[in-house]
Amino acid sequence: MATPKTKPLIRLLTCGSVDDGKSTLIGRLLVETDSIPHDTVATARSVRRGGSTIAAGEIDFSLLTDGLEAEREQGITIDVAYRSMSLLNGSRLIIADAPGHEQYTRNMAVAASRSDVALVLLDAARGVRSQTLRHLTICALMGVSRVAIVINKLDVFDYSKEKFEEISAQIAPAVARLNIGEHAIIPVSALVGDNVVFKGKNLDWYTGPTLLEYIQNQNLAEDAMTSPHFGIQYISRVDTFRGLAGTLVNGKFKVGDEVVILPSKKKATIAKMVTFDGELTSAGHEQTLNIVLEPEVDAARGDVLHLATNAKPPADRFTANIVWLGESELIHSRSYLLISGSTSTPAIVTTIKHKINIESGEHDSARTLKMNEIGVVEIATDSPVALSNYSDSRETGNFILVDRSTLNTVGAGMIVHALRRSENVTEQAYEINAEKRAAQKGQVGKVLWFTGLSGSGKSTIANELAKELYALGRHVYVLDGDNLRLGLNKDLGFAKEDRAENVRRVSEVAKLMMDAGLIVIVALVSPFRVDRDQARELFQPGKFIEIWVNTPAELCAKRDPKGLYKKAAAGDLPNMTGIGQEYEAPLNAELVLDGTLELRVNTDIVMEIAK
Amino acid sequence: MQSSPEILKALENESIEILRETAASFAKPVMLYSIGKDSSVLLHLARKAFYPAPIPFPLLHIDTTWKFKEMISFRDEVASKYGLELIVHTNQEGVEEGVTPFTRGISEYTRIMKTVGLRQALDKYGFDGAIGGSRRDEEKSRAKERIFSVREAGHRWNPREQRPELWRTYNTRLRPEQSMRIFPISDWTELDVWHYISQNEIPINPLYFAKERPVVWRGDQMLMVDDERFPLINGETPENRLIRFRTLGCYPLTAAVESTATTISEVLAEVSEVKLSERATRLIDGDKEDSMEKKKTEGYF
Ligand SMILES: Nc1nc2c(ncn2[C@@H]2O[C@H](COP(=O)(O)OP(=O)(O)OP(=O)(O)O)[C@@H](O)[C@H]2O)c(=O)[nH]1
Ligand SMILES: [Mg+2]
Repeated sequence: MATPKTKPLIRLLTCGSVDDGKSTLIGRLLVETDSIPHDTVATARSVRRGGSTIAAGEIDFSLLTDGLEAEREQGITIDVAYRSMSLLNGSRLIIADAPGHEQYTRNMAVAASRSDVALVLLDAARGVRSQTLRHLTICALMGVSRVAIVINKLDVFDYSKEKFEEISAQIAPAVARLNIGEHAIIPVSALVGDNVVFKGKNLDWYTGPTLLEYIQNQNLAEDAMTSPHFGIQYISRVDTFRGLAGTLVNGKFKVGDEVVILPSKKKATIAKMVTFDGELTSAGHEQTLNIVLEPEVDAARGDVLHLATNAKPPADRFTANIVWLGESELIHSRSYLLISGSTSTPAIVTTIKHKINIESGEHDSARTLKMNEIGVVEIATDSPVALSNYSDSRETGNFILVDRSTLNTVGAGMIVHALRRSENVTEQAYEINAEKRAAQKGQVGKVLWFTGLSGSGKSTIANELAKELYALGRHVYVLDGDNLRLGLNKDLGFAKEDRAENVRRVSEVAKLMMDAGLIVIVALVSPFRVDRDQARELFQPGKFIEIWVNTPAELCAKRDPKGLYKKAAAGDLPNMTGIGQEYEAPLNAELVLDGTLELRVNTDIVMEIAK
Repeated sequence: MQSSPEILKALENESIEILRETAASFAKPVMLYSIGKDSSVLLHLARKAFYPAPIPFPLLHIDTTWKFKEMISFRDEVASKYGLELIVHTNQEGVEEGVTPFTRGISEYTRIMKTVGLRQALDKYGFDGAIGGSRRDEEKSRAKERIFSVREAGHRWNPREQRPELWRTYNTRLRPEQSMRIFPISDWTELDVWHYISQNEIPINPLYFAKERPVVWRGDQMLMVDDERFPLINGETPENRLIRFRTLGCYPLTAAVESTATTISEVLAEVSEVKLSERATRLIDGDKEDSMEKKKTEGYF
């Protein structure tokens, strides 16, 4: 085999706790390697940030990366700064200076997700802090393959070897526990400039490499790659040409190779590989290209091509590590959008197995993950996806979770392994289907989903409706939230994640009943929009009819048929909708009923569409 | 800074991937075309990304009416040569109010003719994703920006709340009031751009090459007198000098550099020697330039 190729772009991040000197270190590295325009350096001599004690005329090195006004005012890094420099072997080093402050951990994760090398800084005076350990854990999880523990501010201790050894010993257990393979421990003073680019005179007892030498010595080669993976980003069409545009990763394709399209599992042969610079006969890792298949089987954005000889069946159940980035916590059973490369599908976290205790590495039990927490979860995707294990490939084993209402990125996920490959479960097609069963009953199956506050009148209207439909000879069934909590849902409470699971179960049952040919009436508070939207997705358009019983909260509280509002007022029901928990009114309900109107009037309105 | 062919290839692949992701993800993407070297590279990358199909989005030029004449002629040549759909937008209200680099402070002029002009055009056509050729090595707040950078209502950038961007898995989803700015050449340096232009023989504007041009001095900066609108100071006559430009913009605000470089390799040699940032050739109001960050929070690229 040929010697592995050196990576042309090497990505490095600095991390560690707040104020440990990351930005100062990077600034010095850039200035001393002449990687910064001189006018920019001049500005760093004249401008000062809040609380700075650096003498006038000296360079404040941190200003070379702390580019935001708020960062200069507060004297801390908020978001990642990217800077480039050249290495002696001709590679490019792209440096990501990450923030140390806990509030901005997500931005550190942004930097770590693509980095090859991490510099984890420690302030000699403060030693290991929990943010140091959090960052080290994230580096380990995200597969940063080289880690240097950089012990900074040794100037404060007169460059004491004992201090260096003391701090080295403090961090050693965490390094061992996190299985951080290749690592080094390097003493520096970023401020004074010892052992960053130049050795200096102060650390005469130290015989190892300077920080720059350490970085130069990282001989980062492309991994050996044998599982080519081509994610389709875009279908390129012109005249009779139809190319699948994307980036090949993790291996090679040749013209003539037989490939499988996932998740459909159709097979075809690579007829052509087209690029602007000419047709290719073979393509390798990171090559962007257009693939023309023979025959031109159906393939769409988000589909993936694998070699037929080496295809991993897609899966829809995974165990994954998650770093939670969202301001609001992870809700188990709620539907998120899972995105990996160009593939996206709704997904739910079915189980939170545990969260990781940053200090000890132990597994703590958890019902949720809050911002900056790291945990292990099980995920179920709506449709099967071709993801690898993150340990096999960073490019194809990663995913993000996106909140479906804010559309923000709230989770960073790394696949541990697939739990169920779709080869094991195939949907059985039966000839007696929903339409036939409904036709036999002389009706059209559908779901009438009543949502609204407790006491708004959902069950009353549902009851009236069921009576009238029954009288017309229709086959109907009412799924009532309270009744279901006596059986199917008796394990569920009223926390957000329980409500999500409640809605999920009820919607699946409703779907089965509709499939059996019934008209299904659901009466469920179902306060959260995402949960209702997730229920809606189970159904063909037109089959799921969302009906909002809009009754003013004061009126509901006055009616208080179950005495719940009274209890809530006394503080006994913390999750009461409309009091301790929000009710998110539907935005696109098929029907909105005015709950202050006569029962008769509302029933008539619904009957119009229910029959 | 070294730019080996391997580095350029890696940067190119990354940029192409971003351009394709953009075309696939947005309802109405557009590419900002500002006629300079970075736009020329961006355009070339877009041609590569969608080849053999044409570029699936239009190009947008915000014309302040103060661009160098050679920029406009070059723009039109390029558009017709490659059969591009080019939209040109000018802030007419600004023109009617008599906003020029000489009648208003530079930052006010920039805000009205560039930032507001850009916002007008994006709103008018309903573009939800706008691709730009900014690089992280240009300026300190650009060094902080995501590749897919969410803009809130009014095209505002909120640097304190940037959406996390992990791996190469991009979240391109937008709420109705949001839009996206996309920077496919974020990781490139100025030298990469020049090496890439040289390697791919990309046509670039003649203003980048040295030629005798009429100039006057303003402080220690040399400005080209591109048309009769330039206010000369009593009795001043422009002198012809051998100059070229390092960046292109509005001619009254873009300083020339003395140079004899008439080929790409000569330009490359020159740029490799220069130790000042590109921004050093932009004119600012005294020293109180509106920070790039402030302009960006107002919707600037
Ligand atoms: N004495 C001493 N002070 C240092 C050294 N390195 C950094 N500092 C000081 O430590 C403070 C914090 O430095 P920064 O570089 O901003 O720290 P940081 O790790 O980037 O901080 P965040 O990014 O906000 O987490 C500044 O006041 C620096 O001058 C050092 O080697 N010795
Ligand atoms: Mg910092």
